[in-house]
Amino acid sequence: MSETFTKGMARNIYFGGSVFFFLVFLGLTYHTEQTFPERSNASEMTEAVVRGKAVWENNNCIGCHSLLGEGAYFAPELGNVFVRRGGEEAFKPFLQAWMKAQPLGAPGRRAMPQFHLSEQQVDDMAEFLKWTSKIDTNNWPPNKEG
Amino acid sequence: MSIINPHLKFQSQAVAKPYFVFALILFVGQILFGLIMGLQYVVGDFLFPLLPFNVARMVHTNLLIVWLLFGFMGAAYYLIPEEADRELHSPKLAIILFWVFAAAGVLTILGYLFVPYAGLAEMTKNELLPTMGREFLEQPTITKIGIVVVALGFLYNIGMTLLKGRKTVVSTVMMTGLIGLAVFFLFSFYNPENLARDKYYWWFVVHLWVEGVWELIMGSMLAFVLIKITGVDREVIEKWLYVIIAMALITGIIGTGHHFFWIGAPTVWLWLGSIFSALEPLPFFAMVLFALNMVNRRRREHPNKAASLWAIGTTVTAFLGAGVWGFLHTLAPVNYYTHGSQITAAHGHLAFYGAYAMIVMTMISYAMPRLRGLGEAPDARAQRIEVWGFWLMTLSMVAITLFLTAAGVVQVWLQRIPADGAAMSFMATADQLAIFFWLRLVAGVFFLIGLVCYLCSFRQRGRVPVAAATAATA
Repeated sequence: MSETFTKGMARNIYFGGSVFFFLVFLGLTYHTEQTFPERSNASEMTEAVVRGKAVWENNNCIGCHSLLGEGAYFAPELGNVFVRRGGEEAFKPFLQAWMKAQPLGAPGRRAMPQFHLSEQQVDDMAEFLKWTSKIDTNNWPPNKEG
Repeated sequence: MSIINPHLKFQSQAVAKPYFVFALILFVGQILFGLIMGLQYVVGDFLFPLLPFNVARMVHTNLLIVWLLFGFMGAAYYLIPEEADRELHSPKLAIILFWVFAAAGVLTILGYLFVPYAGLAEMTKNELLPTMGREFLEQPTITKIGIVVVALGFLYNIGMTLLKGRKTVVSTVMMTGLIGLAVFFLFSFYNPENLARDKYYWWFVVHLWVEGVWELIMGSMLAFVLIKITGVDREVIEKWLYVIIAMALITGIIGTGHHFFWIGAPTVWLWLGSIFSALEPLPFFAMVLFALNMVNRRRREHPNKAASLWAIGTTVTAFLGAGVWGFLHTLAPVNYYTHGSQITAAHGHLAFYGAYAMIVMTMISYAMPRLRGLGEAPDARAQRIEVWGFWLMTLSMVAITLFLTAAGVVQVWLQRIPADGAAMSFMATADQLAIFFWLRLVAGVFFLIGLVCYLCSFRQRGRVPVAAATAATA
């Protein structure tokens, strides 16, 4: 680099630039916070939804699945599984049956462990996944296969 | 210390050695679990139910994080005293923290392997302060608290060394990066009930680490090694370092927005995340220019050729993995289709290996011969084997990345682009991708061979360590 561009100038760009953009980031975080209640339908976040999130976390579901596209990519996306698997009428019974049936035991197929969840826990998780499917994700995923 | 190591400027730098050794042991573990997962990708029930995929993955990713942290700490214990021009504040504290961190790490991994995760959550009273079950932050809360304690002790130790000694740009930047690492880790204790909010702040740990403060750590480690092996004037190197980290933070902070496209955050992030993260390759490109330039302008012929290969290699591979492969899918209209596909996995592998695994191995390559009392460089034969390890690992990782990218492109084509009804399901798509996953597994085996080669290069033949020789004649 040329001699007219000094170390001092480089340092000032570093300090000034990072402080400036960090403050912008905080401002944007404030803006984001303002939109969360509406975009996530926070008013519909029932106690069952909150309990369901704990069931989700305590069983490390993210270790195989993705949720809103984040997680592992070994098993299907579950952010929209509510829509994919029956919706309002059929999702809850589907999830109860599905969780009971694991592992399916098909040779060579990716296998999901049996987590021994209670009916209540599966119901809570269904509520959590239903609520999650209604978060405004800017229309992601592109189709119901996730 | 009774035996004086003549190849260390300060004897307390020796505490770096156990950190480096343990980092490499964990690295081996990471690769073994990676291979198991690679096989599970094609033989779905391999080792089931003994070792379900989620457990293997947790071990794979957590070992990566922990070995890199050991590498960074070792690097700091080596680098900070030399830059500060004084002994480390407390070598004893560094050794105690080594054992605390190693024990906590090993216990946590054993917990993952031998206790069902829900049981681990219960045992460690996760409900008191729920932090578990989120990607990369799976550690029990008590482990997370342990990490904070170790980090505080570590920062105190190197901070005191720095304060009492000479303050250089390299050491100040490294210190800033490490403080940032500790500060942003605190967000791992914040787990809001609202998933959208949870995800938003989760990125304060993950993104602001790897695309923020870790780049400061990487930059300072690179600058340190380049000063040592090229003999180029410090003023020049420090100016480059400032330019690189300025670009890293200016693009990377708002660039966090590329993770906020589809998790419930507002639409303003579609624009900001796309624009700023499109610029994120710049600091990595500058690092390539920096390393090549400094090596071309070298004022001495350093005998450790392997170390300069690692230094250039880390910048090029980081540019490819973090820069180019990041850019490929960072624009919102593209990411809409690629988000959470195998393309993400491809990028993750080359970026982490190129930027962080390789910078730690750069530092180890430079520092280890001195720490072992061998001199400036290992002998030619050892260096040849190390260079073999370098190429085998690096080319295998490039191959892994290419196969995963191919898998990702086909996945997007079959599963994401078609409309409802025409789109293939996730599981049916996975079957179509089997060939790519098999090839990835083969590349993984070559990576392991490279790693074994690399480890073999530490075996010295025909040379007696100087420190041992001095002790024997004394």
